[in-house]
Amino acid sequence: MAKKVMVQTVINNDDTTFVCETRQTLLEVLRDELGMTGTKEGCGNGNCGACNVMLDGVLVNSCLVLAVEAEGRTVTTIEGVAEAEGLHPIQQAFLEHAALQCGICTPGFIISSKALLEQNPNPSEHDVRLWLAGNLCRCTGYDKIVRAVLDVASAGQAKAGA
Amino acid sequence: MAVVWIPALIRPLTDGKSQVEVTGENVREIVEALEALYPGVAARIVEDDRIRPGLSVAVDGAVGNKGLLEPVGPESEVHFVPAMTGG
Amino acid sequence: MAVTEKAMHATNGHTSPPASKPADGYTIIGSRPVRPDGVDKVTGRAIYGADVRLQGLLYGKVLRSPHAHARILSIDTSKAEALPGVKAVVTGADLPTAADKVEDLGESAINLKYLSANILAHDKALYHGHAIAAVAAVDSHTAEEAIGFIEVKYEVLPPVMTVDDAMADNAPILLDGLRTDEMGEMGSKPTNLAKHFRHQQGDLAAGFAAAEVVVERTFRTETVHQGYIEPHTGTAQYNTDGQVTIWASTQGTFAVRNQTSEILRIPVSQIKVIPTEIGGGFGGKINVYLEPVAVLLSKKAGGKPVKLVMSRTEVLQATGPTSGSNIRIKIGADANGKITAAHAELYYEAGAFPGSPVGAAANVVLAPYAIDNLQVDGYDIVVNRPRSAAYRAPGGTNAAYATESVLNEIAEKLGIDQAHIRLINGAKQGDRRPDGVQHTEPIGLLETVQAIAESDHYNTPLTGKYQGRGIACGYWNNWGGKSSATAVLNADGTVSLNEASTDIGGSRASIAMQFAEAVGIGYEQVKPRVGDTDSVAYNDVTGGSRTTFSTGMAAHNMGVEMLSQMKERLADVWEVDAVEYADGEFSGGDNHISFQEAAALIYKTGEPLMVSSTVFPRSFGPGFSTQLADVEVDPETGKVTILRYTIAQDVGRAIHPSYVEGQMQGGVVQGIGWALNEEYIYNEKGQLLNGSLLDYRMPTALDLPMIETILVEVPYPGHPYGVRGVGEVNIVPPAGAIANAVANAIGSRMFELPMSPARVLEAMKE
Repeated sequence: MAKKVMVQTVINNDDTTFVCETRQTLLEVLRDELGMTGTKEGCGNGNCGACNVMLDGVLVNSCLVLAVEAEGRTVTTIEGVAEAEGLHPIQQAFLEHAALQCGICTPGFIISSKALLEQNPNPSEHDVRLWLAGNLCRCTGYDKIVRAVLDVASAGQAKAGA
Repeated sequence: MAVVWIPALIRPLTDGKSQVEVTGENVREIVEALEALYPGVAARIVEDDRIRPGLSVAVDGAVGNKGLLEPVGPESEVHFVPAMTGG
Repeated sequence: MAVTEKAMHATNGHTSPPASKPADGYTIIGSRPVRPDGVDKVTGRAIYGADVRLQGLLYGKVLRSPHAHARILSIDTSKAEALPGVKAVVTGADLPTAADKVEDLGESAINLKYLSANILAHDKALYHGHAIAAVAAVDSHTAEEAIGFIEVKYEVLPPVMTVDDAMADNAPILLDGLRTDEMGEMGSKPTNLAKHFRHQQGDLAAGFAAAEVVVERTFRTETVHQGYIEPHTGTAQYNTDGQVTIWASTQGTFAVRNQTSEILRIPVSQIKVIPTEIGGGFGGKINVYLEPVAVLLSKKAGGKPVKLVMSRTEVLQATGPTSGSNIRIKIGADANGKITAAHAELYYEAGAFPGSPVGAAANVVLAPYAIDNLQVDGYDIVVNRPRSAAYRAPGGTNAAYATESVLNEIAEKLGIDQAHIRLINGAKQGDRRPDGVQHTEPIGLLETVQAIAESDHYNTPLTGKYQGRGIACGYWNNWGGKSSATAVLNADGTVSLNEASTDIGGSRASIAMQFAEAVGIGYEQVKPRVGDTDSVAYNDVTGGSRTTFSTGMAAHNMGVEMLSQMKERLADVWEVDAVEYADGEFSGGDNHISFQEAAALIYKTGEPLMVSSTVFPRSFGPGFSTQLADVEVDPETGKVTILRYTIAQDVGRAIHPSYVEGQMQGGVVQGIGWALNEEYIYNEKGQLLNGSLLDYRMPTALDLPMIETILVEVPYPGHPYGVRGVGEVNIVPPAGAIANAVANAIGSRMFELPMSPARVLEAMKE
């Protein structure tokens, strides 16, 4: 058995300490050790974006991050996106636009979209497509996903302008 | 009488006829009637007392799975076609 | 030359969701409610296959063949078994001997011997990635280490990778017992050609003799994968009392139960299959791969549950895909563009075991058109690639690509508009499919062509030198299949709807909507759930575009029955002869109560109310789609960019239009990937070189414009709401439409898919 190390992090605003092997990815620890299975594995090598999380506010593929790299850092996963008063506007928009079919890629898309809108609150269609090019969806053809993200952005702009 | 569309590769047994009129109340009787007219046809359609695997029977365009017991009407059209599946 | 953002057809800033309003004459159908499972899916709470967590769970890994074609001489598992943490190791020798007989277990018939040999190889490895052995251990890393300690001795054989390899004289034989089946006449010699069949109508020679123009072309399409984002998983527990529980991400729980039962020789009554959420299937999650192996491992590990999860590389190497093909098409037409004769020869690669989708392809290939003189020859051929699985309108995309390409060549030679030639030849009610079966009910092919011809897109000219426009049509037969469901009236006026069609794209919503419409209650009052195999009667797979059609029909039937029983119960309580129900209110004599009050009254005054329905519709409405693609080709790199894309599809009746549009858009984008980028690339040893999602290049959001949808509604009379299957036909035309657009853009025609940049550049040199 490989030697285990202790890692202290903040996950979705909760202080979280876990023990892991150095070879384990952040994705594996989130899912198998912490039971946070909302973050999905689609490819295991950074090509599909289903495992996307935020690490210190930066979008990462959690399958390409070792769990020990989370030491002293903050992690946001899909489980931390909804707000106390209900769904995040991006989550709500995905539902209203029918921007998911099977839903396996959805957590990754929501995390990526949130990261985009935090950086660029008023993206063009091209901006959205470029930013989301790291997330694969095989069901929707992306049309309704792109519309959902643009909808949230334009609602945010309307709110900011009000 | 029911009209049976003879699969192209079996037509050498039916003197090249592509459609044959026979009487029968279900597919089994239809096949028996065909066999009486054109010996050898039944063996090409039926195996172990069922429609050969990979083949399905359409009666008036409807594909059931009663196989040889599928009812056939007096004016029915019967086709033996390769089974089709979807994703 | 990069295509600018502006050149792609933009969204015009229209981003708010479409209004949710029912279709004329309905209260629910045609509206766009949020799906019942939606919140769980946007918050990460939904449990998919790999998310299953059980006490004492073991993790499994599969050892796979590095060779495409090899005889297995010996397998030594002793070192793996000795590794600490390893709880069980299994090989093909642990499988019961399978019967050499063909059974229909899910959606298609397969020889049980082949089904078993695909799970764990028997005497031969038949493709790169073929499962050889499997291990269960305390964690996945230990299992991964353990498979490295399994020693396999192979006698490597020459690989047979394509139609041409397989059909060559003296080709190596994959399956010793295989003989060619020609419509019941069995060949006498070992072969790789499993099957040949023919459809023939009219007089082919006379038809070609009457033609003004004859075009004959040969096409090649490569193997492609369904590409669902969730890899295959399977979790199973073999209890010490012999009861087996399987947690499966599958298109059909009963298909998993039947296949597992046959492979392991366990009665179906001892197997319970519990569906998890499923992360995409497209036909690829009907065949079992892991579930029976997990059962074997669990049994050997003393009944501890075992979870197997494939890596993406395993998914690409060993599951799916759909057939590569060689297709020859010859079409003749008179001076007016009317087709006088057509001959198609379809050679489909089945993978390691017989069963390519060539049967369906043989109809798809010419079905959009009314043709008096035709012949279609279908060939099913085994090669050293993974056993092919269904993929959305299986076999259809390849076939339509060939036909639609040739049809456009004919239109060009005759100087006829590409939409017009399709209107001249389009099939309608009363015409016959290539296999002779007649369209006895209305079909919507011509309506979809007309919709495209009249669209803003078709009437907007192209603007660039390297731009091109293409049209293609497609057909899919759809399916009925068996569905079962129950509905329980709760005291608060809600209804618990229990069905067994696993929900891949919003079918819980479309089924609940049909129930609500039939009863006349709100959508939110219906609580659908997908039950396990012990909770509902037999139910066919979610596939063949059948779920909203058949399970929806069961939901409708239950709604009608529930209302009828409620009226009877109220008539008894009220002591009146008849009870009426209108606008959400029951009335009889002087009594007037709401649905909710009626539910409470029924609950209080008698036995609980539950209804059920089982259906097996033998007839169903086929789907047709016509599609229009604009492309721009970069003359320096050969890259093809989709500028604009419009789909017109006959959807019968759109129950939930957003999800219908989503099916259309999703199918088209899979077709775009097939047309432009996706292909299996093997080396000369038959090893897959591009087993990752970086190298197996599926479309990203950046590759695409918005996909415009036109929902044509020609209701199918055999369904209470006119539903036709909508899931599959959309993937049939894209390769043809894009091929026609590319030909239009570069002035020369390509005969091979995918039209990847290197191939396009090559074609531009000609």
